[in-house]
Amino acid sequence: MWNDFVTQFWPSTIDGLTNGSIYALVALGYTLVYGVLRLINFAHSEIFMIGTFASLFVLDWINISGPQTGLALVGVLLMMLAVSMAVSGGSAVLLERIAYRPLRKRGASRLAALISAIGASFFLQELFAIWQGRDQLSIPRVMDKEVLFNIGSGQVRNDKLLVVVAAILMMIALDRFVNGSRLGRGIRATAQDPDTAVLMGVNIDRVVLVTFLLGGMLAGVAAMLYGVFFELTQYNVGFLLGIKAFTAAVLGGIGNIRGALVGGLALGLIENYGASFFGSEWLNVVAFSVLVLVLMFRPTGILGENLQRARA
Amino acid sequence: MLLEVEDLRVHYGKIEAIRGISIAVDEGEIVTLIGANGAGKTTTLKTLSGLRRVTSGSVRFAGEDITGVAGHKRVTLGICQAPEGRGIFPGMTVMENLDMGTYARKSPDHAADLDRVLTLFPRLAERRKQSGGTLSGGEQQMLAIGRAMMARPRLLLLDEPSMGLAPLIVQQIFQILKEINDQGTTILLVEQNATQALQLSDRAYVLETGSVIKSAPAAELLDDPSVREAYLGGAAAH
Repeated sequence: MWNDFVTQFWPSTIDGLTNGSIYALVALGYTLVYGVLRLINFAHSEIFMIGTFASLFVLDWINISGPQTGLALVGVLLMMLAVSMAVSGGSAVLLERIAYRPLRKRGASRLAALISAIGASFFLQELFAIWQGRDQLSIPRVMDKEVLFNIGSGQVRNDKLLVVVAAILMMIALDRFVNGSRLGRGIRATAQDPDTAVLMGVNIDRVVLVTFLLGGMLAGVAAMLYGVFFELTQYNVGFLLGIKAFTAAVLGGIGNIRGALVGGLALGLIENYGASFFGSEWLNVVAFSVLVLVLMFRPTGILGENLQRARA
Repeated sequence: MLLEVEDLRVHYGKIEAIRGISIAVDEGEIVTLIGANGAGKTTTLKTLSGLRRVTSGSVRFAGEDITGVAGHKRVTLGICQAPEGRGIFPGMTVMENLDMGTYARKSPDHAADLDRVLTLFPRLAERRKQSGGTLSGGEQQMLAIGRAMMARPRLLLLDEPSMGLAPLIVQQIFQILKEINDQGTTILLVEQNATQALQLSDRAYVLETGSVIKSAPAAELLDDPSVREAYLGGAAAH
């Protein structure tokens, strides 16, 4: 066990960071919506799933079935990214309009919204199962996977590096937006005190819309990266990943944007270290043990709530 | 009249919290609503800011019917409120909180507003970078009023600005309210401990269980034995 852990340390670290980056991007969607509406958007995993299909479809449309290089590769990646972000972002906005806003307007309880979320999740999964079948679909390889350099015994592959770098860039962009733009201020104000935000002229409906749009777009980025890295999708591809991303959000402190990054990377590392220690079949057990332990001993997560910070 | 409220009714679920209130505030006045807990003072202010839906009746502001106007649009019309409990955004700095007052303006050319607010409340200038949640109660109240002033309101709504504050600070804050009013902002004030509020005000309404039971110039209410008994702690007011 210990020896496996030591020999696998660097490979586990690299895989942990890669998986963790995808968790973190999806976790942001949970955290943003929770921060503003105090709602766990359980259909967020399906927003991710829809993004993976968007990536698959776009490759189909532009007729890409093999690895690209140079500018063509950049073009294909950007196109997958743009379409996945647009489709996932649009789906998230639609989801809010159909499944949540009517309830919110009638002052329904959060429990009702939660049930609506679970219903929307099943609906979307089954929709894709009926439309695209229940089998796993492979996403064509768009880039040759090459080892760029080694860290210890770990090989840093180009697609893994792409995942981590893209995720970090998105995090920085989001942080800039939330802390630097006018609408970002509106989001923070709503998260901290919705009534007073209205008194200051914040349009809550618009804030909620933008929040879902942002979360959806980030899930779209995650979906595109997932497609490039794992090269497959399925109607239920969001299920396990969604729960893990939610775990990551709780681990980092739900409602906390930087917490989602920390939580995602931490979860990715912990489950991969755990897998190298106990064997890879234990990976998910380790991941969800983390969720239980966090909820037991530090329910506010590593960084605690921050988007609203100690809201009365 | 700057603000005219006519026969306003507001429900909280099935309970009628406001039962046909009519009040008016003229440009340049300071008007106070006094009354016990649960009299409907806070609900009235929330309704004026568009946070509560009106069952019946009307609210007119500067000659325009705003009864159905969404809350976030009322700031632009010229109504801003420093709410009950101050409503400071705890995770934002003092400056960020003040900036929120200019949120409704698309082009926040607020250097002059900031100057004015920091002159009224020099304390806020010292605390500029501190986060709102770490301020003392008095400082938070100053921030709440300053933030509302950043919106350049024609009508400033204040919900219990004296709540939980030491008498000396209350005096200081009321002094500043007088200054704000002298500079041309109309003020509608809600207070439970009303002596100081009445001394500051031109007129006042007494609310009881969702209705106006008395309306008179403030000086008159200060001398009214029944009002003094019920709302001014009984003792001589001046």
